[in-house]
Order: sequence, then structure tokens, then C-alpha cells
Amino acid sequence: MNLLWKTFPKGGLHPRQMKSRLRGKALWNASIPALSIVPLLQHRGEPADCLVHPRDTVREGMLIGRARSDSSCHVHSPVPGIVKYIDEITLPWGEKTPAVFIELGGEFNRLGKAVHTYPWEGIPGDRLLTILSDKGVVGMYSGIPVHRKLTIPKGKFVRTLIINGIECEPYLCADHRIMVEKAAELVEGARIAATITCAPRRVIALTGDRPDALAALREKVREMKADIEVRALWSKYPLGDERQLIKAVTGEEIPSGGTALDAGAVVLNAATTLAMYEAVVLQKPLIERSITVAGRAIRDQANLKVRIGTPLADLVEECGGFTRMPEKIIVGGPLTGWGLSELSAPVTKTTAGVLFLSPKEIRNSRRTNCLNCGRCTRSCPMGLQPEAIYKWVEHSAYEEARGEGILDCTECGCCAYACPARIPLVKEIRAGKMILQSGGV
Amino acid sequence: MKQEIFVTSSPQIYDDASTTNIMWSVFFCLMPAAAWGVFSFGVWAAAVLCTALASSIAAEALCAYLAGHPGTLWDGSACVTGLLVGMTMPPAVPLYVPFFASLFAIGVVKWTFGGLGRNWMNPALAGRVFVYFSWTRAMTTWSLPGVLRGADALSAATPLGFLKTGMSQSAEFFRTPMEYLREHGYPRSLLDGSISDWLNARLLEPLGISLPQGYADLFFGFMAGSIGEISSFLLLAGTVFLLARKILSPAIPASYFGSFGLLVWIFGGLPLGGEYFTGDILFHLFTGGLILGVFYMATDIVCSPVTVPGQILYGCGAGFLTFLIRLYGAFPEGVALAILVMNVFVPLINRITRPFRFGAGKGARL
Repeated sequence: MNLLWKTFPKGGLHPRQMKSRLRGKALWNASIPALSIVPLLQHRGEPADCLVHPRDTVREGMLIGRARSDSSCHVHSPVPGIVKYIDEITLPWGEKTPAVFIELGGEFNRLGKAVHTYPWEGIPGDRLLTILSDKGVVGMYSGIPVHRKLTIPKGKFVRTLIINGIECEPYLCADHRIMVEKAAELVEGARIAATITCAPRRVIALTGDRPDALAALREKVREMKADIEVRALWSKYPLGDERQLIKAVTGEEIPSGGTALDAGAVVLNAATTLAMYEAVVLQKPLIERSITVAGRAIRDQANLKVRIGTPLADLVEECGGFTRMPEKIIVGGPLTGWGLSELSAPVTKTTAGVLFLSPKEIRNSRRTNCLNCGRCTRSCPMGLQPEAIYKWVEHSAYEEARGEGILDCTECGCCAYACPARIPLVKEIRAGKMILQSGGV
Repeated sequence: MKQEIFVTSSPQIYDDASTTNIMWSVFFCLMPAAAWGVFSFGVWAAAVLCTALASSIAAEALCAYLAGHPGTLWDGSACVTGLLVGMTMPPAVPLYVPFFASLFAIGVVKWTFGGLGRNWMNPALAGRVFVYFSWTRAMTTWSLPGVLRGADALSAATPLGFLKTGMSQSAEFFRTPMEYLREHGYPRSLLDGSISDWLNARLLEPLGISLPQGYADLFFGFMAGSIGEISSFLLLAGTVFLLARKILSPAIPASYFGSFGLLVWIFGGLPLGGEYFTGDILFHLFTGGLILGVFYMATDIVCSPVTVPGQILYGCGAGFLTFLIRLYGAFPEGVALAILVMNVFVPLINRITRPFRFGAGKGARL
């Protein structure tokens, strides 16, 4: 540990990382699913309009969902094949969306073919944005369409571009593998983002406890003579959150209710940056992503490159099946992800990992009275008092909850993770937020 | 294909610490010191501990049943309270005293406000103070540990009580409390001499300091006192575990010891006729149940402040009050009252030390 590594100042915690056995595992290509389930809503905003019909033939990378509006995003077919049917499915986070079910068949036009690279330097920023939008690139955690994120409104300036390689959630290692294995592509992607945002300062931020990724990135930056700083930070959850990362790197705080641009920064995940590189340089739409499959209930933990739309059940098979019945199936990280009861959901653009956890890893216990111990308050990176907010929401006093700052909550999960009484703080706060945001009290 | 998915809300995993886990950890970390008390004072001490524990458990079960929340027994908090009540009792106290202390702690202090987590005072300390004022004579009759007990001396004073009585009776000049105890024949174990000699020869001499005799007794628990308070060594051993597991937050003990130690060092010499900056910190740390009070009662998570600045304020306040009561008050110890008084201030401290909100601009605090 290096005392010079900075982190964000307030709150946060150090959940057990569980990454030691996963970090060294190279990404491998998962097998192509026989039946892909491609949701038309994989991003924040409206679902895309479906362009295909049952029994249509689709090619790999073909546009099958067109962005309905500016707050929507294109969806491409991850595999070649035939559309079986279009049906409504429930996404891991509970939203319902139409999804295209594609049966594998026909010829791949990318897989196994020679890779062409397209020169991008000299292309103006707004043209690059159009390419990104055409290729359906979204934030690989947040789901915000990248072209929307990188469109800088008039009067705002980006002082710092931060490539986020923190990956502070336990288990997840896919971004780490990208940084180790695809360092050159990542640096190139960062340069593309820098061109679009015109940011004078560019930083690739990652935690200092992974020397292999640091070394790989530093070497590539030197080789490519890129004007990018590779910065080691001290690992603390939730450093990967935009707010905390900007605070740690630039010292500026996003004002309450504001966006990263209000602090003069743009933050892009490592996986997102790689997707940007692939979209611009390889002209490849976003049809696959890297994920971590982990947990004690699965036989072979792995970092995989999977096609979007792969059903979770296929991943289980890929990883050697269960060693025992998982207590929880989690899509995403263990602190912000969603717990599912079954395996029919597919991998989407924002699925960073799929976890199959045993009860020992979950460490749940009986609910008791609040002990007033203050662990929730001390762990809150936003400086809130989760327990006070919880009490207001419990008594349906939503305006008081607003006064306590409920809308500032980022749902990082620190408070509920730390709570010895196992009070469902995040769940209640999220419910309170929804009621306040929908306006109906 | 279509199927309702049951979705659970984040976070999906939890910290090791749970209520049950915290309470039982504290319980087992107290055990060595309690066992030392039984070893030193004999069977009657065991009976006192058992009475306190049993009546505390019974009171918890009854209150929980009456309040309609059965099943709170296994969270361990009643056991911790019972054990703490027992450990703060003098070894030869009649058994009805710990019985009523536990009853008051659980029945009145804890459950009149709604049970676990709702009390605004440390139940064990409140119970102790309640019986102290009810049966003062029984609560101030001490006996010496078996190893120190001569043929005649069955009852004796605690080091602090001995000092306080001595100071009020004579106007002699003594530089340190230890000197006073030695001069007036406060009993000392054989072990003390050998430990002090060994420490001086091996460790301290090269550093240019020397440890006077008598402190090893206080540290390891060869003195008169409450059943569980005498062995600072065993209490501290349990504390190491609790600190390592992050069950104790270090802010309260650090600020408590810091403020108390500083004040004792500056002013502690004055009541003995000494000068400024001559106070005997070691003596005051290891006597009067300070270690037990600081690590196991002041840090009681239910009734200590929430934020770290608040905890520091609270610790400093408790240290200051302990110093005042012990050196200038009528009671020799002062730890119990100081902590209870600070417990009362906790809601106020919480209010003035609210965290700063992220992104609310400089200095915004709601």
C-alpha cells in the first residue's frame, strides 16, 4: 500500500474483494448461444423500435432495433440467424421490455475474419459521435448512451477526462482483464474520447493494488506517446462511482443534483472506452462484452467475452455448472447488482458480471432493532444519515426525507452492507426516491 | 417461457458484523477478565456473576414477552448487560444487589424505551449506579484477591479508595499515589516485584527509564476492586480482538484516554500536594475500572455518538468528567458517572456533529 495513493475522503468501506483467484484469469471467448435473447432496452431511456419480424434472417452486427428518439439507443444482432419470435421479458432490474429471440444459424461476417482497422484521426468530434451512436455504444455499467454523455452542451467545458478502471465492487475483474490484455486499444479509445471532449487533462484511473494493469497501461501510453496520465488510487468502495472518482482525481465535487459536467469532468469506464475503440476503429457495433462469472456455487470462475443476449443458463454451462444450489444469483456487482431467482435473463450491454453466491459469501443474518451504531452514517460517501432517511420513509414522511437528502443517495449500498441489524436501508431509500421522483406522495 | 421473476434489492452481501455477532464477541472478550475475578475472589464472585447474568436474561425474556417481541434473547445483548453488571459488583456483595442491578438495567433502562437499541443510557452502568446509591455500604465493601489475602485482612480498600481516604485524613506530602500505597502498606503480590525487576532489567533500562514497583500488580489484577475490573491486562487482551474485528471504534477510547491522561498528568499531582505536570497517569489508568469502562461501556454502540468527530467530543467529555470526579469529587472512581452523564449528551452531540453532505458546497450541513 502506498500512502501517496489518493482516494475520496468521506465514508466508504472495504468489502472483501474476492478477486485474488480471478484477476489472473485471462478473458476467453464464451461459446455462441444457440438462442440469443436480445432486449430492445439495454440502456437508460426508451426502448429501441424493433426492425425485424419473426422468421426474418439477421446477420451478425445487423441493426435490429432503431433508436426511437434521442434518449434511446440502437440495438444490433449479436449473432447471425433467424428471428424466432419477439416477446416481452423482464430485465434484471425489473423493467419490462420487448426482446428479440434469435436462433443461431448462417455465416458469421466478423468472427474468424481478418480484422480491418479504420483510420480515425482527422475525423471531427461530432462525426465520431455519430459513429458511436450508430454502433449502439452505451456506458457499460450505467447504460447511458455514450453519444449523449459526450455531447457537451454550450457553455460547459470538460477540464478532465477520466477513464474509470477502478472496478471497486467485489468479484468483478472483467475491466481489469481489459486493462491488462487490451491496454493499447484502451489508450487508443481514451484518445478518441479526448478528441471528442477536447479535455486538456486525460487520466486513466485505477486502484494501485494491481501492478500488472498499471505497468501495461503505462507502457502503452509511453509507446504511443499519448498525453495521458495513468493514475494509481487507493482502493475503497465506492471509488468507481463517478462522484467519488472525480473527487479523488480532481478534488471537485459534483454539486447536489448536478452531473459530472458541472464538475468539469467526463468519466468513461474502461469497458466503455474499449467499446468506443471497437466502434470507431474496427467499425464494430456493441454486440459483445467482457463479464466475470464468479461465486462459490459455480465450478469454474471465469472472465469471459460473451455475446450480448447470451442467456445466463448458457453461462452456467460454460463455467462447468453448479457445485451447489446458489443462494443468490446476482446480475452486476454484489453491492449494486440485482438478485434474480432464475436463469432466463440474458446478458445485456450493462451486465458486468454474474455471480452465484453461497450463503457464506452473503453473510446475511437476522434482522434486529436499529442499534444506533452509526455504521451507516460513517460509511456513507455522500455524507447522508441513511438511518434517519430510512425512518422518514418508513413513516411515509417523504418531504422530510427529501430534506435529509434522500435524492442525493447514489444507492451504492454501503449503509445496508455495513448495517449489523440488517435493516434494508437501500431498498427503502430507493422506494422513497421513486415516490419523490414520480411526484406522487 | 414467460415467468414472473423474483428480484431482490441491492446490496446482496453484508459485512461480517451482525448484531448477534457483535454482542457475542463482546461477551466472549469479557470472559477472561471475569474468569480472573472468579479465580481471585473465589466462589462467591462466581455466584454474583451468575446471579447478575441469570436475572438479566430472565428480565429480558419477561420484558420481551410482555412487549410482544419474543426471540430477542439470542441476540446476546442481555447476556452482555448481565455480565457487565456482574463484573462491576464488589466480590463479596450480597446476591440481591446484582439481582436488582440487572433488573433495573434491563427492565427500566433498556425496556421502558423499547428494548435493544432504544436505550439512551448504558444499562449495565445505570444498574450499577442504581444499586450503588441504594446499597452504598454493600457496594463499597471490598475484599482482596486470594493471593494477597493475609491471615487477618479480609476486607480492604481499592487502591483509589485507599488513596482518597488517606488524603482526606492526613496532610502529608506524597509525590505519587504509588508512593503513598507503598508507604502505608497496601498489600503487594510477590509477582509484582519480579515482573517489575524483569521489565526494568530487560526492556526499560536500555531506554533510560525505570518502572517503580507496584504497577505490575495494578496491571495484572492483584488488587481489591470489582470482580471484572481488576485485570486490565485481560480486558485489554479482549480489546485487541474487538479492535481488530472493527467492532470497537478506536475514536472513543483514544479520546477518552487522551483527555483523561493529559488532565491527570497536568493536574493529577496537585491534590497530593505536588506540582503541575507530575500526575501519575499509569496509576489512574489501571485503577477504578477505567479500562473496563472505557472499552466496554463508553463504547457501547447503542448510546455513543454516531460520527467520528462526535465520538471524539464524547470521549473527551467523559475523560474530563472522570478526571473531575476522581480527583475532586466525593467518589473515588468516577468512571460510571462520567459515562452516564455523557450518555445524556449524546443526542445533542449527534446533532452538532452531523456529517457534511457531499456536493452541497463548502460548509453545508443541512
